[in-house]
Amino acid sequence: MSPHVKPPRLWAMLPLAALLALVALFAFALRHDPRALPSALIGHPAPAFAAPSLQDPSSLLHSRSLHGRPWVLHVWASWCDTCQAEHAVVRKLAQGPLPVYGLNYKDASSDALAWLQRMGDPYRRSVADPHGRIGMDYGVYGVPETFVIDRHGRVRYRHAGPLTEALLDAKLRPLMAELAQGG
Amino acid sequence: MTPMIQHLAIFMLLFAGHALAGSPGDRAHRLATELRCPVCQNQTLADSNADLARDLKDEIHQQVAQGRSDEEIRRFMVQRYGDFVLYEPPLRAGTVLLWAGPFLLLGVGAAAGAWHIARARRASSMGGTLQERRT
Repeated sequence: MSPHVKPPRLWAMLPLAALLALVALFAFALRHDPRALPSALIGHPAPAFAAPSLQDPSSLLHSRSLHGRPWVLHVWASWCDTCQAEHAVVRKLAQGPLPVYGLNYKDASSDALAWLQRMGDPYRRSVADPHGRIGMDYGVYGVPETFVIDRHGRVRYRHAGPLTEALLDAKLRPLMAELAQGG
Repeated sequence: MTPMIQHLAIFMLLFAGHALAGSPGDRAHRLATELRCPVCQNQTLADSNADLARDLKDEIHQQVAQGRSDEEIRRFMVQRYGDFVLYEPPLRAGTVLLWAGPFLLLGVGAAAGAWHIARARRASSMGGTLQERRT
């Protein structure tokens, strides 16, 4: 090593590099919603249920009977204000290629029926989950929630919280089209 | 070992087992303190009064009463709400860095420190003139 040439002090740049790495990490974290839980169910079989129909409690809907066709499960309640705000988007969802089934979560049937009457009923069929047992199996931690289930009965998509037009266009429409075509 | 001590040892083991297991209510409560509430995410199920937390606590009590093991109850929760509900994440490919990270950092720090000390020693043993050229 010549006494006249100082090798660059690379390690002196280390704090700067560490700072930049931290900034990058924070920038990433700011875009990420820490409250949104990754669904444990994606790619797994949708939990089976047999639940009484909201309109006719003597008739049970077995989730098994939906096997072989893709479908959407939308979790809602009449006490949920967000569901009311979301309702227009759910109606559009129901105009899509997949049947949308409603899961009426921890609700009184009379309230739920009055709500559907007032707001319009977009569902192929709504089933009652008055004690939230089915919701628990689906890992529901708030209403509204939306699950897309494929023809093999596997959960392909889950959204916790209100649906938006943007989400419908970006995620749900492409996925529903793919599943409707046998994907 | 004399029979007396043997008996005492067995008795103590049995007692220890009993003390660890506690009453079913204690076990359910302990499980609830180890699980995170999915709605109010900074609270344990035990601390939370959220509607869902109460349902899940009831569920834990029922499963304890049915004789399910801690592991089975934890699995029930993880299947539904994900690893998130465990305050202590399981060790697997995606969480290796989480578990090994602190030790890795400690290792890097120790290596850097050792290197620094070794260099300072070498420099001082070579005398002051070289010290000035040190990079």
